[in-house]
Amino acid sequence: MKYSANSVWENKDELDIAVIGAGHAGCEAALASARLGLKTIIFTVSVDSIALMPCNPNIGGSSKGHLVKEIDALGGEMGKVIDKTFIQSKMLNKSKGPAVHSLRAQADKMDYTRTMRSVLENQENLEIKQAEVTDILTEDIKDTDGNVIGKRVVGVQTYSGCIYHCKAAILCTGTYLKARCIYGDVSQYTGPNGLQAANYLTDSLKSLGIKMYRFKTGTPARIDRNSIDFSKMEEQFGDERIVPFSFTTNEDDIQKEQISCWLTYTNEKTHEIIRNSLDRSPLFSGMIEGTGPRYCPSIEDKVVKFADKDRHQVFIEPEGIHTNEMYVGGMSSSLPEDVQYEMYRSVSGLENVKIVRNAYAIEYDCIDARQLYATLEFKEIDGLYSGGQFNGSSGYEEAAAQGLVAGINAALKLLGREQITIDRSEGYIGVLIDDLVTKESHEPYRMMTSRAEYRLLLRQDNADQRLTKKGYEIGLISKERYEHLLEKEARIEEEIDRLLHTNVGTSKEVQTLLEENGSTLLSSGTTLAELIRRPELSYEVISSIDKQRPNDISLEVAEQVNINIKYDGYIKRQKKQVEQFKKLEKKRIPESINYDDVKSLRIEAVQKLKKLKPQSIGQASRISGVSPADISVLLVYLEQYRK
Amino acid sequence: MKKDTIAAIATAMSNSGIGIIRISGEESFQIIDKIYKNKSKKILSEENSHTIHYGYIYDGEEIVDEVLVMLMRSPHSYTGEDTVEINCHGGVYVVKRILETVIKYGARPAEPGEFTKRAFLNGKMDLSQAEAVIDVIESKNEYALKSSISQLKGSMQKKISEVRKQILYHTAFIETALDDPEHINIDGYGEELHQVVDKLLIILKKLIDSSDNGRMIKEGIKTVILGKPNAGKSSLLNLLVGEERAIVTDIEGTTRDILEENINLGGISLNIVDTAGIRDTKDIVEKIGVNKAIQSAKYADLVIYVVDVSRNLDENDFEIMKIIQDKQVLILLNKSDLESVVKKEDIKRYLNKPMIEISAKEENGIEELEETLKRMFFHGSIFFNDEIYITNIRQKAALIDAYESLEKVNESIENGMPEDFYSIDLMDAYESLGSITGETIGEDLVNEIFSKFCMGK
Repeated sequence: MKYSANSVWENKDELDIAVIGAGHAGCEAALASARLGLKTIIFTVSVDSIALMPCNPNIGGSSKGHLVKEIDALGGEMGKVIDKTFIQSKMLNKSKGPAVHSLRAQADKMDYTRTMRSVLENQENLEIKQAEVTDILTEDIKDTDGNVIGKRVVGVQTYSGCIYHCKAAILCTGTYLKARCIYGDVSQYTGPNGLQAANYLTDSLKSLGIKMYRFKTGTPARIDRNSIDFSKMEEQFGDERIVPFSFTTNEDDIQKEQISCWLTYTNEKTHEIIRNSLDRSPLFSGMIEGTGPRYCPSIEDKVVKFADKDRHQVFIEPEGIHTNEMYVGGMSSSLPEDVQYEMYRSVSGLENVKIVRNAYAIEYDCIDARQLYATLEFKEIDGLYSGGQFNGSSGYEEAAAQGLVAGINAALKLLGREQITIDRSEGYIGVLIDDLVTKESHEPYRMMTSRAEYRLLLRQDNADQRLTKKGYEIGLISKERYEHLLEKEARIEEEIDRLLHTNVGTSKEVQTLLEENGSTLLSSGTTLAELIRRPELSYEVISSIDKQRPNDISLEVAEQVNINIKYDGYIKRQKKQVEQFKKLEKKRIPESINYDDVKSLRIEAVQKLKKLKPQSIGQASRISGVSPADISVLLVYLEQYRK
Repeated sequence: MKKDTIAAIATAMSNSGIGIIRISGEESFQIIDKIYKNKSKKILSEENSHTIHYGYIYDGEEIVDEVLVMLMRSPHSYTGEDTVEINCHGGVYVVKRILETVIKYGARPAEPGEFTKRAFLNGKMDLSQAEAVIDVIESKNEYALKSSISQLKGSMQKKISEVRKQILYHTAFIETALDDPEHINIDGYGEELHQVVDKLLIILKKLIDSSDNGRMIKEGIKTVILGKPNAGKSSLLNLLVGEERAIVTDIEGTTRDILEENINLGGISLNIVDTAGIRDTKDIVEKIGVNKAIQSAKYADLVIYVVDVSRNLDENDFEIMKIIQDKQVLILLNKSDLESVVKKEDIKRYLNKPMIEISAKEENGIEELEETLKRMFFHGSIFFNDEIYITNIRQKAALIDAYESLEKVNESIENGMPEDFYSIDLMDAYESLGSITGETIGEDLVNEIFSKFCMGK
């Protein structure tokens, strides 16, 4: 039972910001706000589950690796923690262009949790509290005539009845709201990993007028390492040279022995077992109502949807060093327990497997994120922010990115400073948040490189150049780190300029180098930059003929020089597109606009604009149902309005 | 929107004495430098504002026309931006050719009402004019929408959709592999893609060529012939089409919409919608036929109403006259060779429009018909909406953009660029083609990835 009237009491501690939930979003939010000097409290249903990784045991991957780099560039924590706790690391897509290189690390889950918890515990201005928040407390905002014009956050209340006064609250409830875990016809009202769900907060949010959705996702079984026959699987190694996530981590410090993952496959028999049991799936019986993600389908989804495939990959990944549990990547499921045993045991190498934790699907409450500004503050409730899976996203990295932005903005607001937004040309974080708050989504949202229209500019290698200045201005990046960046940028520019203006002739040495690298010989002189542009050559390859190269060029500078010269044409093209994009982004729409007054807007557009309250013409143009003609009309109206 | 310098024809699209093409935006001067030449090798971007220069417009080596070019620098122009106006010889062909050249060298066709919009946004117009500006945008857009999508020929639409489908599929494949490199390997995919792109380039090339001769949308004064059955519409049409053999037509060799004929009468291009299909039908069906004809008359620039003077006016005639009251109408009193029972005054009481006596059978009165048409045209009582021309040019520009994007894909493949570079230009092509069929990208790529390819986890 929730608290009774008798148990209600007020905690008189002075607090600024309450963060609800201590997952990947909550941790970043709380750290950011505490680091900006605000008295912060973070609530969690279990202190032991701070920064828990309840699904896959890795951080990063395609486009998610970009997010981690950006979080780090802004002054977040995720990159630093994974650098300390990874057990294998791999740069994906290394043979592809630099824009899609993506770092992914296998984490020691326990170690990750413990390390992040320790960062939180030792953070000044931050208090950790194990308690379930059940209510968000608000008061009316009135104008001078006493009319109610809105609501603002004044506190939160916990399951035990305790009231904490605060000026802003950040909702980072992840998959815990009214969570239900299901496999077969078994269902339990718990959060992930059997942890206690948060069953009351939804009602409080609904009473504040917040529109809720119900999403679902799923996770595969964890199996006992000792019951696996690895001789039937392919070993998957990490990279020889490990690259860190954080721009502050010294590469040499993190080279270490890595733990392998293993690859095996499903087969026709597996698929047959699944097909024969589909009628026992909770999705089939209608027991699951939530909407699942298309990008991480359960094995039963894959078998049905891609019936022509005779096998699917299965990755066996360690959950950590001090455990024998292993994650069965590629085989998430909500089939009954007996079917799970049968299907996992049909996979090569898993014939005698022991399942430690069953696979399950999980349903939870989340919001339609179009109720938020790009600052992640609720449009209708002053001081209420949210981030992470609660906003309808999925993934640890997506959550952390939003948590960071929500934490920063809640703090900036209380400090009376201008809040920040990151736009689509500045980072994947911008694409993520803009998509969430602008587009309608019916499934948990996952980052993908194809969602970023300016991805050649949004590379993982230049996240610092894109965002660290912002982080410094916010106050999360030290002066020293910022100056290091300025120095790096100056070196890059200098070096590029030198290469553009250094000529090489048809000397024997040059021709020999070209010949050795299968490159066309020179018939007349050219610049070093021109040579670097050739696909078969690079900054590194031509070093022997580059006599004036300074000997103190760091690897990170060399990388930037190479990329900027090699892909110059493409980069320029995207920069030009960004200019166009920025023009519309800069045209702000005043909050006081009344769309009914805008003559000639189509009705559909008026309805959408009223509902979404876009902050700029650029954002308005991305709302489905708002046409280019509507945008023209709006531009003309705003011009008239401005004068 | 990738290009920001816009161009359009500022004068009416007619075979008049002079035509003006207006270019506005940051790159206006760069563009004119690329296409303008004169004997003294003048570089216009170095000339003063508000000066006029005599010379020639070139498309590469080829002279397009002898022109006068007027330069206006920002902010002293209609739009407030750098503006160039090319005064050329009138004539639909020349004017269009110059516009196409300007587009080829870096401008894009202006959106409906865009010059006015820019003028307003740059503070060149009074605030009181805001509503008028919005009206222009609105009405022109409505027309453009109607003319571009609904009039796009079916075969054209089908081909473009097919090309788009293929582009999307291959992009989605690349993107899936980039997103999930451990499941899908695309090393060496470039070769296969090159072959696909080669095929798509051939299809697009054909479409671009056919847009030169045929035009995607038929141009001309949209004319509908109305009249009751046996009034002589079919004879008239045969007569007009017969005449046409001696005259050049726009639509030669292309798939013809059986309902439409493009003819040239006295130098004026008419796009005639033939409602003769109702001539043999009876009663109720007749009624439907009349309604159908009236329906097509709704958007017509000109209605030719054929009256059979050898028979009394009947309810069909009255209904037609009622409905075409507000249209530009030319009344043809046909069968003037027979004994006439309908007097001019009889009609004038209901419909006061120009009238000509003809005999389709005896081929009398055609000259007078031509003369009257010319008079109406040059006095401005009939004109066709420029939007059709503009739409055609816009669509051709989009086809060329798509073609060039696909060429860039091949270039990237040949230069050994990594696969992720291909999808950038592939999606550019996809977007350009979508602008022809009126489709945006939206979530297409993400949806394609999920529906066609199996993702991991």
